[in-house]
Amino acid sequence: MGEKLLMKGNEVIAEAAIRAGCRFYFGYPITPQTEIAHYFAKRMPEVGGTFLQAESEIAAINMVYGAASAGARVMTSSSSPGISLKQEGISYISGAELPAVIVNIVRCGPGLGGILPAQCDYFQAVKGGGHGDYKMVVLAPCSVQELYELTVEAFNIADKYRIIAMIMGDGVLGQMMETVEFKEKEEIITVDKNWAVTGTRMKRENNVITSIYINPEVLEKHNQKLQQKYKIIEEKEVRVEVFNCEGADIIVSAFGTVARIVKNVIKMAEKEGIKVGLIRPITLWPFPNEAFEKYAQVPKAFLTVELNAGQMLEDVKLALNGKNETYFYGRMGGMLPTQREILDEIKRIIKK
Amino acid sequence: MKAVFKRPHALKDVSMHYCPGCTHGIIHRLVAEAIDELGIEGRTIGVSSVGCSYNNYEYFNCDMVQAAHGRAPAVATGIKRVNPENVVFTYQGDGDLAAIGTAEIVHSAARGEKITTIFINNAIYGMTSGQMAPTTLIDQVTTTTPYGRKPELHGFPIKVCEMLATIEGAAFIERVSTHDIKNIINAKKAIKKAFQVQLANMGFSIVEVLSSCPTNWGMNPVKALSWIRDNMIPVYPLGNYKGKDLEV
Repeated sequence: MGEKLLMKGNEVIAEAAIRAGCRFYFGYPITPQTEIAHYFAKRMPEVGGTFLQAESEIAAINMVYGAASAGARVMTSSSSPGISLKQEGISYISGAELPAVIVNIVRCGPGLGGILPAQCDYFQAVKGGGHGDYKMVVLAPCSVQELYELTVEAFNIADKYRIIAMIMGDGVLGQMMETVEFKEKEEIITVDKNWAVTGTRMKRENNVITSIYINPEVLEKHNQKLQQKYKIIEEKEVRVEVFNCEGADIIVSAFGTVARIVKNVIKMAEKEGIKVGLIRPITLWPFPNEAFEKYAQVPKAFLTVELNAGQMLEDVKLALNGKNETYFYGRMGGMLPTQREILDEIKRIIKK
Repeated sequence: MKAVFKRPHALKDVSMHYCPGCTHGIIHRLVAEAIDELGIEGRTIGVSSVGCSYNNYEYFNCDMVQAAHGRAPAVATGIKRVNPENVVFTYQGDGDLAAIGTAEIVHSAARGEKITTIFINNAIYGMTSGQMAPTTLIDQVTTTTPYGRKPELHGFPIKVCEMLATIEGAAFIERVSTHDIKNIINAKKAIKKAFQVQLANMGFSIVEVLSSCPTNWGMNPVKALSWIRDNMIPVYPLGNYKGKDLEV
């Protein structure tokens, strides 16, 4: 039996990482995710790991690059403006095909914006905030339990594909306390990291970790190889929750914290005789296109609800490919939609 | 027959791409000789950066990581923290270390990070074709200071060794030159000692090497070497700035 604890979301991420074998954390404080660093600072010495507060987000992500090069399970965490600073390193890590886990507890922007929850970094996460053609696996938990489970999974995915796995939450998720049930032992995949720079010991040719290929033919091949890998991930690593969609009048798509609000809306709507379904992408990339295709013919329409100006909406439209109407409802600046607001929006669409 | 001179094992038997008269090749050799003599090739990891020496992973025989502009000390920190028994060095130019990577080098030194930095100062951006570097001399003409570097417009040269010597975590700091044989021999001693300081876990070590850039200085190789002696050394005095008496 595992243990059941009442814990804060941010702390659960750190504890999950340690249980997943992460022994190296490099970060820089920023609200609303700093408790991740606090937790690591206390726990890493207990497990023989390293917590290092870097001089900047840029240094932190480059320390991640170094530690990942050396074959370690390593992570960093930040919040929106900090993630923007990390984009340089994110692109390099992606180019060099290193496994790493990055947590983004999203706050509102642009610029310094505010410290309250938002989902305004969706584009940055799934379309590539740094330069070059690269992808990250982006996981969007909606509960503290999922923060734990998906953090463990993130390390496995990262190692398996030599890719960055990003946990994208928001301030609500990071700051909320919920019960979390830990497993007695995590399922940790082991992969051969014979590419890592650990010292040749005079027994092999030297290993090189790089993202530069001056020869255009070689660089194109490298890019084709990356794209091939992304295609495999799209086939194998999609995670989605499809809830109440059979026989639904209308389907709402939402992820993370917003999906929790929508689940309550579904109950409210039922009392008024409206059947609302929910498609909750758990992986924002790879996007669960098939779930949308499957329910594309729902009688009324699709409504996407997000804490931004309509970013996932574009992927929902692509997934539906014109097969149904799509509507959007969003709040920004750290404002959360109420259940009543979303229900009113649903009723307005249904009346059309 | 007895071999009296050979290529260090830590240096691959390949042609280098550096311009004629550039002393990167000499400095590579000095680093490789130090690695050979200390018997650490199998546990050494080098971090190359952005600039003329970006691809020195093709020249050194040890494990290598290519880092983004200025970030080599942060990357080296990550590598060293994972495997502290490894010897980790960064090889950075002046644009890389003294401009975009100032924070990374200062804070790696402040943490007393047990890494060694080989810092190549040729007073100019070489790879991007001769722009002003933080180390460009007053009145020096570059493609971005076509009328010469003027302090009131462009600020003053950064003296990296002097600056880092104020930091407690830095254990060994020395500035050397490559403009003649005597100085090249001194450079070798400093580089070897910097590695020894790391091996003895004493803290951060850095060797600044004054180097030539005939192409971007617009000089022939011989004149470039005397330009180091006559113009650079007066601004960047050679010598030990920290850790002179360290016994390693």
